[in-house]
Formats: sequence, structure tokens, C-alpha cells
Amino acid sequence: MAYVAVKGGERAIDAAHAWLAAARRGDGAIVELQTAQIREQLGRAVDRVMAEGSLYDPELAALAIKQSQGDLIEAGFLLRAFRTTLPRLAATLPLDTATMRLTRRISAIFKDLPGGQVLGPTYDYTHRLLDFALLENAPVAPAPQAEAIAGPTPRVADILGHEGLLEADARSEDEPFDLTRAPLAFPAGRDARLQGLARGDEGFLLGLGYSTQRGYGNNHPFVGELRAGEVDVEIVPAELGFAVCIGTVTLTECQMVNQFAGSKTEPAQFTRGYGLAFGHADRRAMAMALVDRALRAEELGEARTAPAQDPQFVLSTCDNVEATGFVEHLKLPHYVDFQSELETIRRLRATAERTQAASLPEAAP
Amino acid sequence: MKGYNFAYLDEQTKRMLRRTLLKAVAIPGHQIPFGAREMPLPYGWGTGGIQVTAAVLGRADTLKVIDQGADDTTNAVSIRRFFARTAGVATTTRTASATIIQTRHRIPETTLTEAQIIVYQVPQPEPLYQLEPSRTETRRMHALADYGAMHVRLYEQVARYGQIAISYDYPVMVNGRHLMAPSPIPAFDNPKMHRMRALQLFGAGREKRIYAVPPYTAVVSLDFEDHPFRASRAAHVCALCGDRASYLDEVVTDDRGGRMFICSDTDHCASRRESAP
Amino acid sequence: MPADLLAHPGFADPVHDAQASFRAVLQALARPGTLWRVAPPADPPPPLAPAAAAVLLTLVDADAPVHLAGRFAALAPWVAFHTGSANAEPGAAAFVLSDALADFATLAAGTDEVPEASTTLILQVPALDGGPKLTLRGPGIETTRNFAPRGLPADFAARWAANRRLYPRGIDLVLCAGSTVAGLPRSIFIAESS
Repeated sequence: MAYVAVKGGERAIDAAHAWLAAARRGDGAIVELQTAQIREQLGRAVDRVMAEGSLYDPELAALAIKQSQGDLIEAGFLLRAFRTTLPRLAATLPLDTATMRLTRRISAIFKDLPGGQVLGPTYDYTHRLLDFALLENAPVAPAPQAEAIAGPTPRVADILGHEGLLEADARSEDEPFDLTRAPLAFPAGRDARLQGLARGDEGFLLGLGYSTQRGYGNNHPFVGELRAGEVDVEIVPAELGFAVCIGTVTLTECQMVNQFAGSKTEPAQFTRGYGLAFGHADRRAMAMALVDRALRAEELGEARTAPAQDPQFVLSTCDNVEATGFVEHLKLPHYVDFQSELETIRRLRATAERTQAASLPEAAP
Repeated sequence: MKGYNFAYLDEQTKRMLRRTLLKAVAIPGHQIPFGAREMPLPYGWGTGGIQVTAAVLGRADTLKVIDQGADDTTNAVSIRRFFARTAGVATTTRTASATIIQTRHRIPETTLTEAQIIVYQVPQPEPLYQLEPSRTETRRMHALADYGAMHVRLYEQVARYGQIAISYDYPVMVNGRHLMAPSPIPAFDNPKMHRMRALQLFGAGREKRIYAVPPYTAVVSLDFEDHPFRASRAAHVCALCGDRASYLDEVVTDDRGGRMFICSDTDHCASRRESAP
Repeated sequence: MPADLLAHPGFADPVHDAQASFRAVLQALARPGTLWRVAPPADPPPPLAPAAAAVLLTLVDADAPVHLAGRFAALAPWVAFHTGSANAEPGAAAFVLSDALADFATLAAGTDEVPEASTTLILQVPALDGGPKLTLRGPGIETTRNFAPRGLPADFAARWAANRRLYPRGIDLVLCAGSTVAGLPRSIFIAESS
């Protein structure tokens, strides 16, 4: 009997990487994908990778998508691993989404509102029919242009807030928690929770948000406002002492207005759930807002009964880079552990057999 | 490696890790949360161990990396290459030649020395997690040294099976104070941790915890007077080197029940074969 | 920064000197009472000993505030320039640098749940040997170890015993003299030797 020790791990890894590179490229007769094409034409994938990768950089997100063959979790991981190595040069001022240059703005709770409703480039009312014209790369007609909305568009939450019908946003001058540099501790503050949710797995957030609608921690949500567009990013350099704009980011923000809370001493008020995502990401922002509100159960004196209301459960599970690593690590060798289990089971069975044999009546002669 | 710092991590991250490691050494067996970074290797594949090694490693070190006791398993190869590439350090498969040994799931058979540091990759640092999922609650249990629930769990096994039936990641009491997960090493390796001459460091990247056991520290596997801890191994002899005491892998040789047993520690086995007359 | 401080550089090789110095401190705390050489900066500003300078440059930064006690207070601009660390009050500092043993009660000892939220005292002493003999035992020590630093107060053993009673809370000590460090982690027991 021949036994060949498992050797050659290095060669196997090199060969696997070469094969992967060839598989990624695919048929050489087909023109190679350019990252600019991904950035321009697969924008929703780029947005998701930027959100889950915690880095606003469409070019690098497109590269990550190309490098990962479109595996968006793998792409987010690539972006995060790159992000860790970046120096921290400055902290921005809080973004002001009231000054957003809107490409989309809808409210489900008011028919009309100052600044108007803007449908924007949405799939909402498309009929989901495969468009075979896209197979032919047919030219796309230019879209009609409306005049830009003049002046700032107040957030619906602020409109409701004036009347005191909606709880005020908690204000704090404290340095917000930074999930990327400090470990989460539970119960986590809302700043830490929002940060965790903002880069959580979109599918997981969607499922959790959906679970609240299906009775697992319902919080009676209305979309107060969903808006998307560009926002300026500003910093205050120490040597200047005043704010300068260093660029813009495209964001989707969801203000969910939820079931009121109140007590004998406090008048009834609507409460809030908040979602914010890079790029155009209605689903992500809305799911995040549902889960954010669910996680406020304890703070608002509600019974904590559902998974979406448990901060440790949600935040320790929603990170798809962590989750995919640990789920997939099961394919690493575990034969030492398995061997120890084998020995234990054999020992237990031997003990059981001995006990059984000892308790058998002696056979009659 | 061009464009990256020595041993990949930036100096600020290393300082954070180093401060955490010093506290871990001062409080043996106590888990300390740290700001684990995303590494270019996946969570669950040794990111905690890698961060600890990166914080400790210097140019003069010689690094050995094992997974399941073997230097040539793919993940061990991958991690060894990572440090050869990012830190340019010497690597070895010889336990005796290494100054730092990063391991997943085994402690080498060769007795470690005062000149060595062993870094364990830890998937789940919380020994109580199966009894109590809430980390807020387990933190309180550690603070109060409230480990009754673990003894009850072990006793339930004794009642059901006539013995403690934990095969790996067998819980240990460190310095008589902190209950600690030894990482998924087989229980066979637990006694090696007790009063080990080398410094033992533990890194859990996904769970963001670091802990440590200084040299010559008491590490006692939980048991009962009438059901003492037993370090068990397959009752066979290594088919390659003839060792009767080392931990063995069981290798399936056919589909008719054929088996052979060989040392899990590849360096130990190779050294024995080389020095055999 | 005052010109007299400007003349004193930090680590010649920030990455590798910090690594070597960290390993010295790690070994010092892992093997209490043994002496380890750091890789100090060439010319630390007086009255800072090379070892204490190396420990600061290795461990202190904006996320780990330091309190510079007594005559070290004047070094604040040098420490801030090289580490980015702000001077903090003793009870809020991750590290306290002193040449006199502080009253442990003025330092952070952590909590039972978070015992690591405690101060590490970097204590600069005249020498790490030649002083009254102390006998150490506990984690990191095979049986017992003798350690005889100079510059500790006469009632050190009693004060340490009070610190040890807080375990797992407590203060950790890194002693520095010349280019050498030694460690006394909270986990060990200390007796005066006759």
C-alpha cells in the first residue's frame, strides 16, 4: 500500500491562482472588460461594493468587481482590505443632506411638499420585461432635462419636526464611535449601530427589515422621505480654520417615520429610523432604516422579542466580510479536531458496549 | 513589499495591538477587545493570529507557520508566504529553529523554549459562548469568576456518557482565575500549555479579542476529582516514524476500512525519521 | 517646540526600533524581574532615560494619552511632537511616566469587567539592580525570582500587595534605567527578601 504525504501546498496555490486569473479573463476572443465600463454601466453594483467595502471610490470598486469576477462580497472584501492600509488625513464635517443636489426625492406620507417629488432614475415603475434591445447595444435616446430645483429642499423629517410631531434627532458633539478602529461593545450606541448597519450585508439587512414587517418586531414604518443625490464633503484644515469642499459623494438617505411612542408624562410622537448608503441604493437605505428603528426598541421602552431588535445579534452577524470568512473557513482542514472527535466517539462507544455486556444475563449452560 | 509597511500593518495599528498584548500578558487568560483590522486574508482563516504576529515580528525573527500540525497545508503556506512577502523574514519548518510559531489547531510535539513565542489562531475566544451567547453577560461572568455553568455542562456529560466528552477546544483555567478557550487544539495538547516555557499569545480577528498566557503559568483543564482530565490520542504507532506518543492523523487508505496513522506534526515526524539509525 | 527639545530626535529607525523595544517590554512583562535592552533613540532629552524614551515612542500615541509627572512635564512638547499624544491627567492616562512611585490609588486600576482599562506606570529608576532585594513569584516565573531595582520606596512591597489584592484590576509597572527595562505586571506577588 502506498501512501504519499500531502505535499506541494505551494505549487497547488500557485497553480490555482494562475487558473483563477485565466478563468477571470474568460474567452480571449471576447473583448476584455474595462473598469470604466463597470463604473459607468454597473453603477448599482459599484454602489453596493462601496457601501459594504466602507470606501467611497467608484474606480477602485469597479476594479474590485472586475478582479472578483463580479462576486460582490469578495469585491467588498478587497476594498476593505485596501481601505485598512490608508492613512487618516482628516475628519470631515457632518454631511448636510438638506443641501443635497437631488436626483431623486419621494415621500410616501405627503402628496406634495416644498421642493416637490422627484422620481429620478428608478426601476420602481419599469415593467420587468427583458429588454432584448440591450443585446444589440442599441443607442439610448437622451433623457429629458428638467430645471434644477432651486434652493435647499427641507427634509420631510424637519417639516414634521417643526410641529413636534416627530421626535427630534439626537444631537451630540461627541466624537462618533469608529467601528473600523475600535471593537464593538454591547449594548452599542446608536452611532456604532448605524455605522455597522451602513456597511452591513444588503441581503441580510433586507431580510431583517422584512422580518420586522412580518411581525418579528413590527415598528409600523412609513417612508417619510427617500432622497438621493450629491452632497459636498467638507473639512476644516487646521492651518485655514474654515471649511473647504474636498469633493462630492452620491448618497441615498431614508427617513423612516415610525409608530408613535409616548407616555403619561411625554406626549405622543412619531419616532424615526434612519438609513444612509453610498450611491443609489433605495433598498439598502430602507432596510437599514427599518433595522435601525428595530434596534431602538430598548431605548424606546418596547419589549425586545425579535432578532432585529437584538444589537449583538444584528451587528455581529450583518458584516458579510466577517460572515463569509467564518462560514467559508469550514473548508479549511479540520482533520485534527475531527480526529479528536473520532477518538472520543470510539471511546464512548467502547464504554457503552462494555456497560451493556456487563449487564447481560449469563447464558444458561 | 512595495507600497506597504513592514509586516503589512501601519505603525498606529501595531501600537494598538502592542498595548493590547501587554495588558493581555499582565492578566493571563483574560480576553481583551481590540480594534481588529481587515486583513488581506479572510476572517476565520487566521486574521487574529496574523495581526498578533505582525505586531510582534521583527527582522531578526524566524517564523514557522503550521495548520493541523503541518507546515505544508495550504493555509499555513499562504500565511507563511504573506510574512515572507510583507516582512521579508526568514521562515522555517523546524520547530527548534523558529523564534515565532503561528499555529492553527496544534501545539508542536517538540518542547518549546524560553526563546520562543507561540501565536494561536482563535476562531472563538469566548469559552462560555455555547452556554451564554450574550457577550455582555459572559463579560460579567468572567468578572465574577462565575464559571458554575461550565462545570454543570461538564457534569451533564459525565452523567450522560460516563466521562467528559469534549475532544478539542477543551476549556482551561488560567492562573487559577480566568476560564479560557485554548483554541481548537485537541485536548491532547492541553497539558503542553501548562507552565509552558514559551510565551503564548492568542488572536481572534473576527471576534476582535486578544489574550495571553505568560511562561510558567498554570493552565489547568477543567475536570472532576472522580473524572480527571485525560489527554487521549489514537492508540496506534506512527506508520512513518514509529512514534508511540505523538498525536496522530488517521489516513484512509481504501474504502474497505483500511487505515494508517501518521504523526500530525510533520516536522516532528521528519526529524525522527532523519535521526533514525 | 522649544529649540532645546527640537535637538533630540526620535527613533533612528521608527519601524524597527519600535518593534525591538516592544519585544523588550513584552518579554519584561512576560518574565517579571528580568532585564531587557530596548533600541533607544540616540539622544533623548534630559532627564529622560533612553529606555523610558523608547517605551514612550513605542507605545504612546493619540489613542493612548500619557501623563508626564513631575520634572518630566517639561517634555510634553517633545512627546506630543514624536507621538501625537496629548498630556492627560493621571487617572485618565493610559500611561504615566514618573521617577517616583505614584500612589496607586491616583491611577486607573480598571474595573472587574474591563481590568485592562488601567494605567501602565513607566517608572524611571537609577538602576535595575543593586537595590534592596525583592522576591517575585507568579505568572512568568518558574519558581521565584530575585529582583533588586534601586529607587523604589521603602514600603514598596506593602503597596504592591495592596495592588495585587485588586486582581484582575491593578496597575502594571515598567521600570526603566539606562537602556534597560524590567516589568512588574499586576499578576505577580512580591515579598521583601531578608
